[in-house]
Amino acid sequence: MNEKQSLMTRIIVWFDPRWRSISFWGFIVNRITGLGLTLYLFMHLTMLGNLARGQEAYDGFIHFAHNPIFLVGEVLVVSAGIIHALNGIRIGLNSFGIGLRYQKVLYIGLTALAGIICLYFAYRMFTA
Amino acid sequence: MSEKWTVTFQVFRKKGGEAAHYDDFKIEVDPNEYVLDGVERVWAFHDRTVVFRHACHHSTCGACGMRVNGVEKLTCITPIRDVTSNGGVVKVEPLRNFPVVSDLAVDMGKFYTQMDDVGHNSVNSDFKEAIQSEFRPAGPESDKQEFMRLSDCIECGLCISACPVSASSPDYLGPAVLAGAQQHGIHGDEHLLRLVDCEDGVWRCHSAFECTAVCPSFVDPGWRIMDLRKQVVGERIKRLFGGSSNKNEAEVAK
Repeated sequence: MNEKQSLMTRIIVWFDPRWRSISFWGFIVNRITGLGLTLYLFMHLTMLGNLARGQEAYDGFIHFAHNPIFLVGEVLVVSAGIIHALNGIRIGLNSFGIGLRYQKVLYIGLTALAGIICLYFAYRMFTA
Repeated sequence: MSEKWTVTFQVFRKKGGEAAHYDDFKIEVDPNEYVLDGVERVWAFHDRTVVFRHACHHSTCGACGMRVNGVEKLTCITPIRDVTSNGGVVKVEPLRNFPVVSDLAVDMGKFYTQMDDVGHNSVNSDFKEAIQSEFRPAGPESDKQEFMRLSDCIECGLCISACPVSASSPDYLGPAVLAGAQQHGIHGDEHLLRLVDCEDGVWRCHSAFECTAVCPSFVDPGWRIMDLRKQVVGERIKRLFGGSSNKNEAEVAK
């Protein structure tokens, strides 16, 4: 129905939360975490590729990965996974009519649960 | 004496191949008037070239759907007081995901054809078990017997404008059309099953539920899409086990 708009203009709508309902925020969060996890998968496979370049290269990378920035990155990856999974459970249930009337409450509840789990993981990772 | 506000109507303008822009019109309104009244006043007293759609003025025809300050609204039932304040701005834009014909008017021809295609009727029989959405009517069970009624969907297109999937997938049937299919019911209808059980049909929805949030008639398209999925799965399972449920073939056999 909107063939004349560019793909970029159409996709920006996915990430524009202005004036939208809380359910739409769930939609945006799932897109961002999904894209983030896909990007991580590529990075992860690239890094694992270091194994093929021998022990020195791999050890060098592991040493480099002890940088605190990587730790923050790992917390973000774990958080994205938890948020995406829990929101995905809500969407999966809703897709077949389960809990549809309570989907907003489900979203708020599962997001709060995801927040608690993420904070626990972050605490464990930074204090280990 | 009624209250008076001075409000700036920021109206989206686009004619033919021209670049889109906004024109500002400062007008005096009663805040209890509706946004459509303001647009009509702009047309009547400021610029007769402003193009917009409207008809009934009481939320039955679905013609006056527009985006008001970024949100899809039926402008004939949206009080100015609800969208701005005295001295404020009312930004009026055409619905998204439809081709703009001129200014605020969009071409809904394809949408109407699709509504016909899924068998959406303006009058429906309603069943108590079909009324399970959060907007189900209250009252004793005896009041929820089968009855004939006007369809809630007024084909205003607000849900399609608000849907992020309709924005990125032009071939997606969209919330109103899928809700129309759910109301019609698959009941072994091969044509309808093929139409909705495909890449751009019922499985394309990504549960943003913005359709339900903006619907002015409480159709709850989000719920109806999910219910249609159950209908589709049920139909497929029935056929997997040899269930003869093809209504079209049965009708031909008669």
